[in-house]
Amino acid sequence: MHSSETLSPATPLSPAQPTAQLTAQLSLQQVSKVFPGRDRWSDKLLKRTSRPFVALDDINLEVKAGTFVSIIGPSGCGKSTLLNMIAGLSQPTTGTITLNDHPVVTPGPDRGVVFQNYALMPWMTVAENIRFAVETVYPQMSIVQQKSIVQDYIGLVGLGGAESKHPHELSGGMKQRVGIARALAINPQILLMDEPFGALDALTRGFLQDEVERIWEQERKTVILITHSIEEALLLSDQIVMMTRGPAARIAQVLEVPFPRPRKREELDQYPGYHSLKAAMEHHLSCETRAVEESRIRR
Amino acid sequence: MIHQTLEAALPKSKRFTLSSDQQALLLFIGLLLTFLGLWELGAKLKLFLPIMPSASQTIADFWFWISDPFFDNGPNDQGIGRLLLVSLRRVLMGFAIGSAIAIPLGILIGLSEVVSKAVDPFIQILRPVSPLAWLPLGLALMRDSEKTALFVIAITSIWPTLINTKFGVSQVDPTYLNVARTLGASRWRTISKVILPAAAPQIVSGLRISLGIAWLVIVAAEILLSGGIGYFVWNEWNNLKITSIITAILVIGLVGLIMDRLFGLLQHWFSFGQRS
Ligand SMILES: Nc1ncnc2c1ncn2[C@@H]1O[C@H](COP(=O)(O)OP(=O)(O)OP(=O)(O)O)[C@@H](O)[C@H]1O
Ligand SMILES: [Mg+2]
Repeated sequence: MHSSETLSPATPLSPAQPTAQLTAQLSLQQVSKVFPGRDRWSDKLLKRTSRPFVALDDINLEVKAGTFVSIIGPSGCGKSTLLNMIAGLSQPTTGTITLNDHPVVTPGPDRGVVFQNYALMPWMTVAENIRFAVETVYPQMSIVQQKSIVQDYIGLVGLGGAESKHPHELSGGMKQRVGIARALAINPQILLMDEPFGALDALTRGFLQDEVERIWEQERKTVILITHSIEEALLLSDQIVMMTRGPAARIAQVLEVPFPRPRKREELDQYPGYHSLKAAMEHHLSCETRAVEESRIRR
Repeated sequence: MIHQTLEAALPKSKRFTLSSDQQALLLFIGLLLTFLGLWELGAKLKLFLPIMPSASQTIADFWFWISDPFFDNGPNDQGIGRLLLVSLRRVLMGFAIGSAIAIPLGILIGLSEVVSKAVDPFIQILRPVSPLAWLPLGLALMRDSEKTALFVIAITSIWPTLINTKFGVSQVDPTYLNVARTLGASRWRTISKVILPAAAPQIVSGLRISLGIAWLVIVAAEILLSGGIGYFVWNEWNNLKITSIITAILVIGLVGLIMDRLFGLLQHWFSFGQRS
């Protein structure tokens, strides 16, 4: 076992080291999220009160520019909640999220978001969907230039020829390629992906993972990817953030994945440390998932 | 023996190669002929009141009205096509006025919860009222039967469109809105490029319902006012010409059907992709 070489020691995520902030592009400091409960009189009347729910507690994370970070954790632990806060779609209850030292308060085109359910506008064609994004973010750009950007990204995700198709004519895998092209076409600093391949069948998923690996080699963006797949995380990431179960989920450990790039799926298990990393992740996830199930039974 | 079992095993459809559409058409024709036959028989045997015409008289009169729809022998003797055009123009103009009010208002109340709550009592109280109840008010306000007809039809057309537009706008899939938000789209751009197209199928289906009801109401309104196909129906009743009334009923139904189908096409076109 090479665990001592490849597994970074469990990072105790106490308050962030101030030195890290200098190099980090994205920084989360003591971020927590509490969903308020319902206990107004009208809710009481309808017997639908609920207590406040602490989803995330004291999340600290530093992400350097150009790294590919995966977040993995038991289902329902708050991964989407975390990503939505980075996207600016919701606000942390406490703590701060900064991007290039500016606090994140609203959504913005410096972050491209790829949605799990694709979120393509069904009344727009492939090209129009991407064009909508480019036009929104760069309204002063000439139409010719907008169109050439759209065309470039359609090419990048391998959808040349499908420009004028509508989403309902595309397979799930093709839809998500459009989703990725749309997120990349606005040239964001960070790409945020929430289980982008979760709804795809295994073969398509593998194929798209290879595509993401290829695209990442070209673009070298900072990426934050939420996934349930250990393989996917190991194939794509530089760092893997493992979260504990909720409520009050935290970051348990951050694993470094030192495999050389470009990576090939077939050769993945030959890299030194692959098996120990995989074992560590499996162990963590199965422990957390078992605890979640047990707490559900007892409840 | 063997022959029989073979025959039983063969699927029936091998021999009766009629699609379900063709079967339905045959049944339709059968029902129609049976109905006309019973009607004719009943009239010949004097089973109905003497005022009731026979099927053959009705068909002959139907043909009289249909074969020359646009004659004009003065205001009280006009072809059915002319009468229909009068009613259609009223319905379409009233419908356009009603829609021009309902769609913007629906968008506004769909976008703002406060406005929605504030306007809701008005809608809830006025919506169940028969549009004809507005007719005397229209006459009092406009002192003109033509304008009153438009007024009644406009009010009729408002409600389904208004309510559908409101729901379409307020129920837009939040992920579309999140896409617009993450791109930093302005409020106006979000409305025009995301919310309205997303709500379009609902708006069109509201318009379709509105037009259908407007066509229902115009006949009644014209019986009370004057002119158009509705007045024709009433006039022919005063002349005791039942055949003309039956003709008018069929023609009104056909025109309503055609308008509904045209809107159906529009709806199909707007629902593009929504059927994923
Ligand atoms: N708006 C909300 N109000 C109250 N509770 C919420 C809300 N959104 C999420 N939660 C709760 O917060 C917890 C985390 O939800 P979240 O969707 O972030 O989990 P997740 O890790 O993305 O799960 P999954 O793996 O299933 O996608 C869940 O227990 C969920 O019930
Ligand atoms: Mg999630």
